Amino acid sequence: MPEREYLAGEFFLSGDDACAEGAISAGCRFFAGYPITPATEIAERMSERLPEVGGNYIQMEDELGSMAAVLGASWAGTKAMTATSGPGFSLMMENIGLGIMTETPCVVVNIQRGGPSTGLPTLTGQGDMMQARWGSHGPYSIIALSPSSPQELYDLTIRAFNLSEKYRLPVLVMSEAATGHMYEKVVIPPSGEIELLARRKPTVPPEAYLPFAPDTDLVPPMANAGEGYRLHVTGLTHDERGYPAMTVEAQDRLVRRLVDKIERNKADIIALEEDGTGDAEVVICSYGVSARVSQIAVERARGEGIRVGLLRLITVWPFPDDRVRELARQVKAFVVPEINYGQIALEVERCACGLAKVVLVPHMGGRVHAPELILEAVRQAAR
Amino acid sequence: MKKHPLDDYLRVARMPHIWCPGCGLGLVVNCFLRGLLRSQLNLDKVVIVSGIGCTGRAAGYINLDSFHTTHGRAVPFATGLKVANPELEVVVISGDGDLVAIGGNHLIHAARRNTDLTVLCVNNFVYGMTGGQMGPTTPLTARTTTSRGGSVDRPFNIPHLAAASGAAYVARWTTAHVRRLEKAVTEALLKKGFSLVEIVSPCPTYYGRMNKQVTGLDQMKYFRDNSVIKSGIDPKGVGIEVNGPIVVGKFIDRG
Ligand code: SF4
Repeated sequence: MPEREYLAGEFFLSGDDACAEGAISAGCRFFAGYPITPATEIAERMSERLPEVGGNYIQMEDELGSMAAVLGASWAGTKAMTATSGPGFSLMMENIGLGIMTETPCVVVNIQRGGPSTGLPTLTGQGDMMQARWGSHGPYSIIALSPSSPQELYDLTIRAFNLSEKYRLPVLVMSEAATGHMYEKVVIPPSGEIELLARRKPTVPPEAYLPFAPDTDLVPPMANAGEGYRLHVTGLTHDERGYPAMTVEAQDRLVRRLVDKIERNKADIIALEEDGTGDAEVVICSYGVSARVSQIAVERARGEGIRVGLLRLITVWPFPDDRVRELARQVKAFVVPEINYGQIALEVERCACGLAKVVLVPHMGGRVHAPELILEAVRQAAR
Repeated sequence: MKKHPLDDYLRVARMPHIWCPGCGLGLVVNCFLRGLLRSQLNLDKVVIVSGIGCTGRAAGYINLDSFHTTHGRAVPFATGLKVANPELEVVVISGDGDLVAIGGNHLIHAARRNTDLTVLCVNNFVYGMTGGQMGPTTPLTARTTTSRGGSVDRPFNIPHLAAASGAAYVARWTTAHVRRLEKAVTEALLKKGFSLVEIVSPCPTYYGRMNKQVTGLDQMKYFRDNSVIKSGIDPKGVGIEVNGPIVVGKFIDRG
């Protein structure tokens, strides 16, 4: 299909629009969704842009259907995504689990708003970070990225597609209303300058193909429907042929691999940004829009002579255990500002293991933190 | 052992199947495969999608690209496959509980969009897999494991639901009408647009046993003796009552 309208250049875009353009640049050609504030603009832009590049937009009857359609489209051989917010994210959880179990590459964007329940539909929040990790039932691992700007919503949506194709699972882009509705300069590089990954295809004929037999990186090559492989794909525990296998051994083998393919490839998956952590006595650990506010607090604290660093989680899941453990041996305290009542702070606490204090700076949602709140926590922590 | 003529289209390594003796699901798979072969479609492009339940297991036994998805979500999963690659011939084979209760919203919306899918909805009047509880199709007063005194909720009339939602092809047959069912499968597969074939099928283990049709054969005899073919009629009046007639036929075939 010829690319009729690939955009390249500098644009003034909202985070939501940048996310949609990132998807287009990544080669996403299918979007199924259901309108929800504050993610609707992604669906709107995709409905306009996908037909221009030979793709398909379908508006589903709900988020249950949206997520199921995304999985189906992925098995048809298309890069596929959906975008939603808290209530819709909750509805997608069951089929995100199906995506994990059946190792289906796709991208789910959550522009978080204030919760629980209908909460603050138009205002910002970061309350779904633990749901992103554990929201579907059963033991599994997940990949979640957290952009801090419209530019990063563009960049990380591409990265999310690459990771999903490489590791074969739904990859989550966990943004928030503040960034989704923020307008900033977004640079879209010329097509061809962006590194794009595609699912590894089987190299054996259909008779010899075991659809769930992994390569050395624990990820199985993937045949699509309609290619003559006669796949069977099920959400039941299955063997390497893809056939249901209701045994303790099959469960152990499959679930360990689904988790290990993420955990053992952490070095490739985890992206962090650090500023002044080298000699810091206090490190602010933050993500998404909160990391931007934290940057202001960092500068003011340094003005007061406090040695403070910023650890920004670009990849939130899997959690960067090793780096936080390392820092815990060096710093007095971590300060964790987040727009919830303490979710990622629990992970920092787990890794700090009592070696450093962990100070949560919670915000119940509706607005980003005032920098003074974070600054005050840093002052106290440095004492 | 002699090969069954349909062995090439089944995942023989997975036999024996899990279905009970006297269950109608074997007949459903048989009629589906014969109807499929008659359609002359390229089998490499045919994809089966199932939800959860006894019927949901059909996908796992048919040797085509097949997806056993989540409860109720076979239709939207199939929609994704079809929209992303229109070359695929996508068939949903699932039960009444899966398609009409938990997945009911998806069913009516796929019919509304007239998405080019073929849906085989096997109606056995109960949730078989979980032990015979009443469902969206259980006839009024029928006994099930959650309606021991008789079901008090009105059931859905599936052909009427599909037709009113905009389906291009709607038929109902029972497992006692194997030739007609086979033909309906071919027609539904070749139909452009949303096609639904309801297949009334015995569940002797639960529905039959609790409603005085103890064996699969009793249920089959009941279907044979009480079915009335009325092709072309408005499906509004084809609801099913306990011990009543079962109106079968091709109700909708829009050009
Ligand atoms: S429970 Fe009923 S529907 Fe399920 S396999 Fe047994 S007879 Fe068939």
